[in-house]
Amino acid sequence: MNNAMRTMPAEAATVERYRGAVADSRFRRLWNANAPGYLFLLPWLLGFFGLTFGPALMSLYLSFTDFDMLRSPGWVGAANYVRIATADPKFASAMSVTLTYVMLAVPFKLAFALMVALALNRGIKGLPIYRAIFYLPSLLGASVAIAVLWRQLFAGDGLVNAALAQFGIQGPSWISHPNYSIYTLVALSVWQFGSPMIIFLAGLRQIPQDMYEAASLDGASKFRQFYKITLPLLTPVIFFNAVVQTIDAFKAFTPAFIISGGTGGPINSTLFYTLYLYQEAFGNFRMGYASALAWILVIIIAIFTAFSFLSSRYWVHYDD
Amino acid sequence: MTAIVTAPQPPSDVNKRSLPGSILVHALLIGGSLLMLYPLLWMVSASVRPENEIFTSTSIFPSSIDFSSYLRGWVGLDVSFGRFFWNSLVISVLTVVGNVIACSLAAFAFARLRFAGRNFWFAIMLGTLMIPYHVTLIPQYVLFLNLGWVNTILPLVVPKFLASDAFFIFLMVQFFRGIPRELDEAAMMDGCSAWRIYWKIMLPLSLPVLATAAIFSFIWTWDDFFGPLIYLNDMNTYTIQLGLRTFVDSTSASDWGGLFAMSTLSLVPVFFFFLFFQRLLIEGIATTGMKR
Repeated sequence: MNNAMRTMPAEAATVERYRGAVADSRFRRLWNANAPGYLFLLPWLLGFFGLTFGPALMSLYLSFTDFDMLRSPGWVGAANYVRIATADPKFASAMSVTLTYVMLAVPFKLAFALMVALALNRGIKGLPIYRAIFYLPSLLGASVAIAVLWRQLFAGDGLVNAALAQFGIQGPSWISHPNYSIYTLVALSVWQFGSPMIIFLAGLRQIPQDMYEAASLDGASKFRQFYKITLPLLTPVIFFNAVVQTIDAFKAFTPAFIISGGTGGPINSTLFYTLYLYQEAFGNFRMGYASALAWILVIIIAIFTAFSFLSSRYWVHYDD
Repeated sequence: MTAIVTAPQPPSDVNKRSLPGSILVHALLIGGSLLMLYPLLWMVSASVRPENEIFTSTSIFPSSIDFSSYLRGWVGLDVSFGRFFWNSLVISVLTVVGNVIACSLAAFAFARLRFAGRNFWFAIMLGTLMIPYHVTLIPQYVLFLNLGWVNTILPLVVPKFLASDAFFIFLMVQFFRGIPRELDEAAMMDGCSAWRIYWKIMLPLSLPVLATAAIFSFIWTWDDFFGPLIYLNDMNTYTIQLGLRTFVDSTSASDWGGLFAMSTLSLVPVFFFFLFFQRLLIEGIATTGMKR
């Protein structure tokens, strides 16, 4: 008993030390296993929390306020969203301009891209040269210089009208006419069909050649081969291009800004959604309202993407 | 964003055309190419044309070559275009450095290291690719304004060192996964640290993907208009894109020759990359589906 009483504390201390050692080594093991990963990830994690996740939450909060950079944000409930939905004619026209742009630019761009890719995919001589030439506008197209050029091309005394005049046609001033200005921007986007074309070319190379051989032995015409082999097998690539280009078209900004001088004019005919958002945020400093506009954009893009993925079940052919 | 392309097959021979057919296809393609290039060639030729000839001619061949537009354009604004080019160059080079370092660090962690929560963070990283930047724009602006960074290059450059262009992480993860694992496992057995594996094995073997990321970073930053528009208000800090925009808007915009000269110059760096790194650019697009 006496003995026991004396050894108890010592034993307890040993146990404690043992436990401590176990906890210590467990911690050490956890540390050794995970620290390198998290250290390598550290810059990205800082960026994610500081520049993406945090700001996204903040912007969600701001979208329910009347924040204007001068006073601290005041809570206004859903008022911004209600105004967007019911009482903002500029939102309505920005939305309609953007949807028109997306609905025209994306299909035409993809159609051109596919047509040229098909023409180039015939074992044609000089493929690298043609591919490079058709790709060049895509690479340069995002710059202000090209928007400046476009503004001149479609001006009243611009190159397009000078060319039309040689056929005796008097063209309008395309960029300053509200009925035509949006089409000059569509044309600018279609002109940049090069990168989806490259993706189509890569996709066409994936189609097994023996399929065509078998089909032509069975007497299938070129036209039939296209409809029964090329098109179905290319649907995953078409789908991919369509989703990427659609999201990109919703976010278009620079050409409309340069061509309209930042106004979205004439008569809001080139007021892209992002341009309106920019004007509200950095022109009028309605930061709360602009945050709500940004979230509406996210929701619209999400709806479009979700709809594409749902519809893809019915037309995209996945070969397993 | 997934890699939709695997090993390319050679183009088919079964579709070989008859001679008249192939002449027709070439004729159409050449016509199409000329149409595509015509606006660009016209702009270059307008930049070396005598001023009075710019709007009177649809030809791409100037009657005489005259570089005075370049001299006028260079000093056409209160701040010379040399300044704008320099600013653009500094921002673009720093962006390239930031993207290559920060994105490759993160990509190495995702592709090669085991740690708790790796799949979770990878999914989050892919998720950030879907979010339009407009959502984070305003709080980021407020943040940088409070830090006193507006009118400096910091808001445009610092985020790149925090791997904010997550697309390049994705690109590099795809590439790193293709490098044989035996290499780093053997090094690990020999007691090589994760850092040394990254630095001595991964990076040297990944030069193609690092170059692709670097070139696209440079071009996208060089062309970026929105970021500088928001963060740079002092003309001394303007990039080339902002300089061009100011040139268009300035009352002296009647100087079309100068404007086209500076526009042409602004495209030179991108054209240079196109000329010398075309294969990397085209492969980058074909394997990852980049939009430009």
